[in-house]
Amino acid sequence: MRLTLDRRDGAGMAGLFLSPLLAVALTLASSIVVFWLLGQDPWRALNVYFLMPVSDFWGVQEVAVKATPLVLIAVGLALCFRSNNWNIGAEGQFLIGAICGGGIAVWTQGWGGPWVLPLMLVAGMAGGALYALIPAVLKTRLRVNEILVSLMLVYVAELLLDWLVRGPWRDPFGFNMPQTITFAPEATLPLLFDGGRMNLGTVITLVVVVVATVVMARTLKGFEIKLVGEAPRAARFAGFDDKKLTLTVFAVSGALAGLAGVMEAAGTVRQLLPGFSPGYGFTAIIVAFLGRLNPVGCLIAGVFIAITFIGGENAQIILRLPRDMTLVFQGMLLFYILACDTLILYRPRLVPRRAPA
Amino acid sequence: MPLLAAEGLTRRFGALVANDSVDLTVMPGEIHALLGENGAGKSTLVKMLYGLLQPDAGIIRWKGDAVTLPTPKAARGLGIGMVFQHFSLFDALTVAENVALALDDARPLRAVSDELADISRAYGLPLEPRREVWRLSVGARQRIEIVRCLMQNPDLLILDEPTSVLTPQESEGLFATLRTLRAEGRAVLYISHKLEEVRGLCEAATILRQGRVVDRCDPRQQTAGSLARMMVGAHIAEVRRARAEARIGPVRLRVDHLSVPSEDPQGTALKDVTLEVGTGEILGIAGVAGNGQDELFAALSGEVRAPEAGNIVLEGTPIGWNGINARRRAAAAFVPEERLGHAAAPRLPLSENALMAGHAKGGFTRRGLIDRGRMLGWVDAVTHAFDVRKGPRDPEARALSGGNLQKFVVGREILGKPRLLVVAQPTWGVDAGAASLIRQALIDLAARGASVLVISQDLDELFEIADRMAVIFHGRLSPAYPAEDLTREAVGLLMGGEGFGPGREAA
Amino acid sequence: MTLAEAIFLTVITASTPLLLAAIGELVVERSGVLNLGVEGMMIMGAASGVAVAIVTGSSVLGVVAAIGAGMAMAALFALLTLGLATNQVAAGLSLTIFGLGLSGVVGAPFVGMQRAGIAKIEVPFLSELPLIGPILFRQDPFVYGSVALVAGVAWFLWRTKAGLVLRACGENPVSAHALGYPVLRIRFAAVLFGGACAGLAGAYLSLVLTPFWTAGMTAGRGWIALAIVVFASWLPWRAMLGAYLFGGLIILQLHAQTAGVRVPSQLLAALPYLLTIVALTVIMALRRGGGQVAPQALGRPFVPDR
Repeated sequence: MRLTLDRRDGAGMAGLFLSPLLAVALTLASSIVVFWLLGQDPWRALNVYFLMPVSDFWGVQEVAVKATPLVLIAVGLALCFRSNNWNIGAEGQFLIGAICGGGIAVWTQGWGGPWVLPLMLVAGMAGGALYALIPAVLKTRLRVNEILVSLMLVYVAELLLDWLVRGPWRDPFGFNMPQTITFAPEATLPLLFDGGRMNLGTVITLVVVVVATVVMARTLKGFEIKLVGEAPRAARFAGFDDKKLTLTVFAVSGALAGLAGVMEAAGTVRQLLPGFSPGYGFTAIIVAFLGRLNPVGCLIAGVFIAITFIGGENAQIILRLPRDMTLVFQGMLLFYILACDTLILYRPRLVPRRAPA
Repeated sequence: MPLLAAEGLTRRFGALVANDSVDLTVMPGEIHALLGENGAGKSTLVKMLYGLLQPDAGIIRWKGDAVTLPTPKAARGLGIGMVFQHFSLFDALTVAENVALALDDARPLRAVSDELADISRAYGLPLEPRREVWRLSVGARQRIEIVRCLMQNPDLLILDEPTSVLTPQESEGLFATLRTLRAEGRAVLYISHKLEEVRGLCEAATILRQGRVVDRCDPRQQTAGSLARMMVGAHIAEVRRARAEARIGPVRLRVDHLSVPSEDPQGTALKDVTLEVGTGEILGIAGVAGNGQDELFAALSGEVRAPEAGNIVLEGTPIGWNGINARRRAAAAFVPEERLGHAAAPRLPLSENALMAGHAKGGFTRRGLIDRGRMLGWVDAVTHAFDVRKGPRDPEARALSGGNLQKFVVGREILGKPRLLVVAQPTWGVDAGAASLIRQALIDLAARGASVLVISQDLDELFEIADRMAVIFHGRLSPAYPAEDLTREAVGLLMGGEGFGPGREAA
Repeated sequence: MTLAEAIFLTVITASTPLLLAAIGELVVERSGVLNLGVEGMMIMGAASGVAVAIVTGSSVLGVVAAIGAGMAMAALFALLTLGLATNQVAAGLSLTIFGLGLSGVVGAPFVGMQRAGIAKIEVPFLSELPLIGPILFRQDPFVYGSVALVAGVAWFLWRTKAGLVLRACGENPVSAHALGYPVLRIRFAAVLFGGACAGLAGAYLSLVLTPFWTAGMTAGRGWIALAIVVFASWLPWRAMLGAYLFGGLIILQLHAQTAGVRVPSQLLAALPYLLTIVALTVIMALRRGGGQVAPQALGRPFVPDR
């Protein structure tokens, strides 16, 4: 027997929603097997991973705190991926955003005012955008592979952050710990509720999702992004400049990743330290695909992935499962979503092997 | 005894029956034509005979014995060779490597090169073994295909529309080679829809329509008209046009000493192209594929800018530096050659494909937001005016047949009331009905005073609709001559580069 | 041993994993498949290599396990990209994420457990030669293996019919299919070979170079291997040159750190990544207008029409 793929004529709308749901279901099924293999009670493990994180309001806020950067980055990446621009370095842009914004917080410590926070947000976005423009400019000018360049810049950003918090920006009263001072109140995002960590960043993210949805669905720019990704030659025929678009989507996704970074620094962590990001920039790639490269989809997917993030932390404490388990599930989920997407485009069929000559 | 006999071959693709109980008999030493329109099932049939597709039902007999052909290798093993319409060549590899790939034994490359040289001499098919394919002309590429079939010493050679990419003179060379093969007792299965060619070359013909054999005949006993009726099964409307003198007015489009390098490193640069199109005139540009047609279209449409603004002048305004949308706003419209991927985005609905070409002139957006209702209205208008057959109101572009999508693409532009229409290969690969409708639409557009520039490789088409004709060769353009003063032979010589003066490159 | 000898030796050992991974990926890309999961396959090789070597006490079994793990990961990738024709970029990324996670789980029980490296092969007499003796004739089997692999791949791709067919699949799969070659099966074999090489590269890291397991120990080497393939214009011997250049860079950076050069250590550590970007930029600038170098069908899914 061998597997053949028959192209489907019109991809059913049902498939659009079915595919991510099917992928989630398959991941759950696989994780049950994995838990069982590891000698865990699968139901208890699933409970820890998926239900415990949302069992009280504090937990829900934590989910929102984790989902915020994921969704924000993923919305930007969705624009890139839609137009066939492979920005894999959102993690680096996230860190640079945090560094640019956080730098202002460190610098204005003690003499800042209410203008500090807006300045930080703008600096974070600008930093992320400029950092993302490096691979974009190299791609449009010299056709240098943007995947490799944007990825290499992640390592560079990590090392830059490491140097800053161990060197020039280290908290002088921090017992030599590699971290900056804790940011002053005017350099932090206001909390939405007492007794939680959900902050203004979540609201900003929701606004971005709404704007991105309108742009993608109803404006010529959104159409341009879609068309460049679907049929680049047709996009040129439509008078769209694909190089300019590459620069635009890289800058926008870099700005959103940078914004996520500065909001993480100013809202959640309130200082800079190495290992400041649990890999949001990479996880957001999964969120973008799981969300069908659609802003609202990214929102739903981001919340789901955030739950597993916290579930993973819980599992580490309660079940003594390695933290990397979360990555395994995320990788698996991405495999399944890709496989399920094929089911939308093609109808797989097992056919008998052809008779020998 | 027949060399090859297919009995009751049937092949389905989903709901479509591409071949419905097809019978075909080819005798040794015979050049047998397989005639039919696009989509009649010719390609499906020969793919089964070459082992690329498996029949759902039916038998293939080779020299009397029933055989199965699970792979092309099996077919080659029996002595069946095939030259594809879209060459199955590897651009980055050398001629010898390309030939070696088609051989089933693992001869060393040097031996392949030697034998290749022998065969190309014996059959008058000159080739250089060490050249990379992308450096070669279309004619030379076809020679590689033929040579690599002949290296297998086949009894039957299948050729899929071999002359669609050749000049008339190159075609004559090919026919000479084929007649040599026939004299050696080999058979040729010759797929074409060029009827005159078939009448001159073949002694038997099988005619397919909608997957069935509808007729068999000796084409030498037929007229082109009677063959066409067998193929199409209905009378196709003759294209009507008014006399040129009555229509043609002052110059609207002037291209002045235009030289543009190709963006594609393997493409052809435009060299000093000059032309004029008057109001109400149809100018045809003939030429063998790959001689700068893509580059000319890109330069005229503004997808690639001209070096000087004055290189292209539309209604007195220099537009050489304008982009495609600025040119559209100046009442120009464009139909590129490639339907799927260039003229239309395959996976987007027709409404968005209408938006693609129409957004520049406005009317599809309101307060910055796209107005879906107006886009759908435009789709309905094009559908109605150009008889676009489709299932749902707004299907994806790839769901339409070639002819219907082409009608949509041409209609989309013509309904915008352009004063200049630049169209490349307007009827490439579409059915006869759609082709006739599109040609009439172009003529009617010119009759209403618009200027039309048609780039085509189909000489029949150009002679049917063009008022004047020029030929593009190696990026240069010949002067334009009135169509009634031209013969096919004269155009053929130009297409082969005769009369272009020095600076010719080797083919 | 002189300092120069020591430096050359370490350069070669630092370069070997890059070379192994790059030569494997080169074959994969020549067949028209872009597998961005090198990092994931490599780290799975490193983790399973250590795990099996410690459990069985046999380095050889460790190496075999590493190759097996790399191939298993590659098979997963092939199933998605060849069997189901998914986007190769996305599938490669998920392979890397998956590999980084799974290796952490597999390697967790073995963190910090050190074992003796693999013995070097000393060629009698020749290894006594000054300078070139220790560099060329006193190396571990992987180093010799990697050079033999480069020679083998170069010979295979340009001197054999099978190699020609593989390149043909990377140039124009539609034509290769039309000629009757099983494009997907050939690509599958190439992807598996790439996985084996990446697994072997991982084993070298965790069994020879370090030799112990730490999470994330590949530290971007898989990605650098991908860059080397581009840098090398898909030519095996040039990939070897590229791998040694990058290996030299890594060592230079380490030596500069220990020598107390007055630059932040983070800047030195960032050099290999920065120079990868510079190298890619320079090579593309030089290549501008020079025509197509990459396999033409690289990264594009191919679905045969039955």
